[in-house]
Amino acid sequence: MTRVLKYVFYDLLRTRFILVYTLFLWFLTFALFQFDSDAGKVVLSLMNVALLVVPLVSVVFTTIHYFNSYEFIELMLAQPIHRRAVFLSEYLGVASSLVMAFLLGVGMPVALFGAGTAGLALVFSGTMLTLVFVSLAFLSSVLTQDKAKAIGVALLFWFYFSLIYDGILLWVVYTFSDYPLEKITLGLVALNPVDLARIILLLQLDISALMGYTGAFYQKFFGSAAGMLFSSLTLLLWVLLPLWAATRIFQKKDL
Amino acid sequence: MTTFAEARVWVVGANQPVRSIRAAIDLASNGDTIRVRPGTYREGNLIVEKQLHFFGEGWPVLDGENKYEIFTVHAPGGSISGFQFRDTGIASIEDLAAIKMLESTRWRISGNRFDNCFFGIYLANSSHIWIEDNVLTSNAEAEHQIGNGIHLWKCHHATIQNNRVAGHRDGIYFEFVTQSLILNNHSERNMRYGLHFMFSHDDEYHGNTFLNNGAGVAVMYTKGVKMTGNTFIHNWGSSAYGLLLKDIRDSEISNNRFAENSVGIFMEGSSRNQFSQNEFQANGYAIRLQASCDDNAFEENNFRQNTFDVVTNGSLVLNRIARNYWDRYDGYDLDRDRVGDVPYRPVSLYGTLVERMPVAVLLWRSFLVFLLDRTERAVPVMTPENLKDEKPAMRPYDLR
Repeated sequence: MTRVLKYVFYDLLRTRFILVYTLFLWFLTFALFQFDSDAGKVVLSLMNVALLVVPLVSVVFTTIHYFNSYEFIELMLAQPIHRRAVFLSEYLGVASSLVMAFLLGVGMPVALFGAGTAGLALVFSGTMLTLVFVSLAFLSSVLTQDKAKAIGVALLFWFYFSLIYDGILLWVVYTFSDYPLEKITLGLVALNPVDLARIILLLQLDISALMGYTGAFYQKFFGSAAGMLFSSLTLLLWVLLPLWAATRIFQKKDL
Repeated sequence: MTTFAEARVWVVGANQPVRSIRAAIDLASNGDTIRVRPGTYREGNLIVEKQLHFFGEGWPVLDGENKYEIFTVHAPGGSISGFQFRDTGIASIEDLAAIKMLESTRWRISGNRFDNCFFGIYLANSSHIWIEDNVLTSNAEAEHQIGNGIHLWKCHHATIQNNRVAGHRDGIYFEFVTQSLILNNHSERNMRYGLHFMFSHDDEYHGNTFLNNGAGVAVMYTKGVKMTGNTFIHNWGSSAYGLLLKDIRDSEISNNRFAENSVGIFMEGSSRNQFSQNEFQANGYAIRLQASCDDNAFEENNFRQNTFDVVTNGSLVLNRIARNYWDRYDGYDLDRDRVGDVPYRPVSLYGTLVERMPVAVLLWRSFLVFLLDRTERAVPVMTPENLKDEKPAMRPYDLR
C-alpha cells in the first residue's frame, strides 16, 4: 500500500496543478498580510477562502484526478493487491497533497505573521474541510460512471453545503423563531461541515461579541473541552463516513 | 464676619506646631488656608463645616485605612488640591467617598489623586463646583465592590474638566444635574459606564474620551444635552454600547467619533435629536435605531467599515437620514455634484433578519447571506422601504 501511495503522491506532484494551487494560496495570504496589519481581519478574509475556495478546489480536483487515473487504478487492481489498499492510497495521495498545499500556502504565512488562536482555527478548519470534501468527491466518483456526471454530483455536494443547506437552516430558524432554538441549531450546524467550520472560526475572532445571546451560548459550548471534542469529532466523522461509504461501494463496484 | 485680610495660614506636618489636619480644621476660621506638609495622615473622617482652602504640598497622603470616608464637606466655598487620597472604606449601605460634599457651593477640587477609593468625589445637593485635573484609579474586580469615580446627585452649575477616571463602577455619574459642563475628561476601563447620565437637563459634554468601558456611555431620560467632540472607542462586548440613548429629547450629538464599539449608538424612545458630522468607524453596528424613536435627523456623518450601518426593529420610519457618506454605497454621480444619484439603503436584509430572530446570527458571513443582501439591496422586500439616504455623499467628509 505504501508503494502505491508513493506513486500516487509523486504523480500528483508532477501535475502542475498542486503547485499552482499552493502558490495561489501563498500569494493571496501574503498579499492580505501586506495590505492589513490586523491579523484578525486577515483571518476574516481568509475565512472565505477556507470556506468556499478550498472545498470547491478539493471536490473538482479530486474528481478529475480520479477519472484521469482510472487506467492506473485498473492496472493496479490487476495486481495481487487488495481493492481497499488501492482506493485508500488514492484517497491518501490526493488528500495529503491538497492538505500540504493548504498548509504551505496558508498555514506557513499565518504562522509566520503570528495570527494566534484564530489563525490556528483557520488552518485547522481549512485542513478538515479539504479532507471532508476530498472524501465527498471520492464518494461522488464511485457513485457515477463518467467524469462529467461525477463532477456534477461533486459540485452539487459543494453547492448544497455552502448554500442550499444554509437556506434550509434559515427557513427552519424563521419558521420556528418563537421557540428557543439554540440547542437544536447546534445539532443542525453539526450536519454541515462548512457551517461548523465557519462558526468555530467566528468564535475565535473578537467579532463574536456581535453575536449576542446565541453567540454567547455557542461560545460557551465550543469554548469548553466537551465542545471542542464534539466539533473535532463531528468534522472527523464528516471525513470518515463518506470515505467509508465510498470504499464499500468501490470494493463491490464493477469497474 | 471674617474678611480676606484676616485670613490666616495653618501649616500641618509632623514637625509643625499643628500635627493633624483635624486640629487645624478646629483652629481655623472661615477663609483660612490649611497647608499640609508631606507625610501620611490617618485621621479617619474629617468633617469640614467652614470655608477653608486645603493645599497639599508634595502629595501628602490621606489614608482611609479601608474604613473611613475621608473628607465630608458641608460649607459654602473653599478648595481642596494637591492631595493623594487612598483606601476609603467600602460599604454597601453608605456611599463612602474620598471627598463628599453635601449642600455646598463654590468649591474647587483640583489636582488630586485618588487610589482605590470606593467613591472618589461625591457631590449631593451642591452647586457651582469645579472638579479639575484629578486622577482617579481603582483596581476593583467586581461591580459591587466599587463606587463611582465622580458622582453628582442633584447639583447644578458644576464643571468637570481634565480628569482621568479608571477602574471605577461608573467613571462619571450624573443624576438630576443641570446646567453643567463635562470637558476633556478621560474615562477608561470602568466596570459599567464611562459616563452615566440621568435626568440631567441642559448639560454639555465636550472633548471627552470614553475608552474600553464595560458598557460605554449611557444617557437617559434627559432633554437638551449637547454632546460634541467626544471620542467613544473600543467599548466592546456583548452588552456594550458606545453611546446608549434612552428617552433623550431635543439634544445635539455632533462631531463625535465612534470607533470599534460593538454598537456605536443604541437609541430608543428618543426624539427630536440632531446627529451630525459624526464619524462611525469599524463598529459592529454603527446605529441601532429602535422604532420608538422619531423626528431624529442624521446628517453629514461618515460611516466606514461598520459590520452593519443601521439596524432597526420596525418598518415605520419617522427619522430623517440625509447627506451621509457610506463606504458601502455603490451608486453613481452623473451630474458630478458629489451627491449620489440613487438612494442608499443602510439597512441590510440580514441585519433586519437578525434583529427579528437573533438565532439567525448563525449564518453570519455565510455565502447565502452575502447573496441575500445583494438581492435585497437591488429590490427591497423585507427592509423598511423608507429608511434610505436620498442624497448620499460620494466622498467622506473631512471631520475634525
